Amino acid sequence: MTPKRKKRLMITLLILLGVAAATALMMSAFRENILYYKSPSDIAEGNFPQQRNFRIGGMVKEGTFHKAGDSLKVDFVITDYAKEVPVHYEGILPDLFREGQGVIAIGRMGTDGTFKAEEILAKHDENYMPPEVAASLKQKPAGETAPAPQKP
Amino acid sequence: MNRLVKLYHQLGSPPTFYRITGKWLPWLFWAGVLLMLWGLYDGLFVAPIDYQQRESFKISYIHVPAAWMSMFIYLVMGISGFMALVWRMKVAEAILIASAPIGAIFTLLALVTGSLWGKPMWGTWWDWDARMTSELILLFLYIGVMATYNAYDDPRKGARVAALVAVIGLVNLPIIHFSVQWWSTIHQASTVSLFGQQHIPWSMLRGWLIMAIGTKLYYGYSVLKRARLLLLETEKHTVWVQKVIEQECQNA
Repeated sequence: MTPKRKKRLMITLLILLGVAAATALMMSAFRENILYYKSPSDIAEGNFPQQRNFRIGGMVKEGTFHKAGDSLKVDFVITDYAKEVPVHYEGILPDLFREGQGVIAIGRMGTDGTFKAEEILAKHDENYMPPEVAASLKQKPAGETAPAPQKP
Repeated sequence: MNRLVKLYHQLGSPPTFYRITGKWLPWLFWAGVLLMLWGLYDGLFVAPIDYQQRESFKISYIHVPAAWMSMFIYLVMGISGFMALVWRMKVAEAILIASAPIGAIFTLLALVTGSLWGKPMWGTWWDWDARMTSELILLFLYIGVMATYNAYDDPRKGARVAALVAVIGLVNLPIIHFSVQWWSTIHQASTVSLFGQQHIPWSMLRGWLIMAIGTKLYYGYSVLKRARLLLLETEKHTVWVQKVIEQECQNA
């Protein structure tokens, strides 16, 4: 390799290294702000913004979903299997919304400790399978081959 | 191994690159198109639906290969940019510039199909989570490479500046890939990994893989065709280009 090429190689590598280091520093500095949603545990610690909208992510707790009569008002509980947050929402829910499913609620915290959601997003996990396989997994006794509860 | 090294050196010289790749084009094109058609057929009509997402899952047979290609092409572009900066290879410059619009289209396709998938499943067209935002930045990087190349009258100078943009943008690739692990995102984690456990049965995975090979061959065709034209343009005052043109005229 000629000295000129060697120099260019070093400069290019240095630029790449510098940009990578700068990006890594920036990302670690903004780590909290890049966090897309808060977990119920964060809420329990009081770690959430008071006066503006933010996101809560977690699973819809089994058996907590209530729909009020003929209106679109719904109530349910979001859990991360450690802490829980009750959520109130009025509107249309996404297709994938159901108990035991990962969801993200966008809104703000009410004074009564209930999260007033303005938007509900459903989250699905990275596992795909045909309906027949899912059905046969369900029939087997729990804990044998059933997939572990998905991470919120 | 010696033959590979020889081929590499031959491809580094524009006239032999032009001659050799000309023979590859029809093979790459037809293999790519046929595999993509097969992959789409397999994904849309043969593969089962998903237990949760039902038919909506089928959009993944375009979304997933497009997203893989958006990153694969950028990797090729970054490596070409590196070679263009250090060794000033004309062929590497041509591959770099030729890749940008193809990569941009695949990125756009991944973003649009992701959006169409997101609305029925998640309940939103778009949200600023880490995966989506970093993929959008990838689109801007592709556009940046094209824009800087076109900003210079001297194409070789433009290619060198564009190469710098491409190399700097390489840091975005690990961010896109690991975004779903590093941060809480609405986008789910990776289903397929090279070494780890797969979260999808073979009957559903097959379409993705056929599409992945098909799109790569099609990219090979498209990038070589564009790179050949770029080389003819930048080398138009050389003897070999004149000879190529004379030959084409005779054949016509």
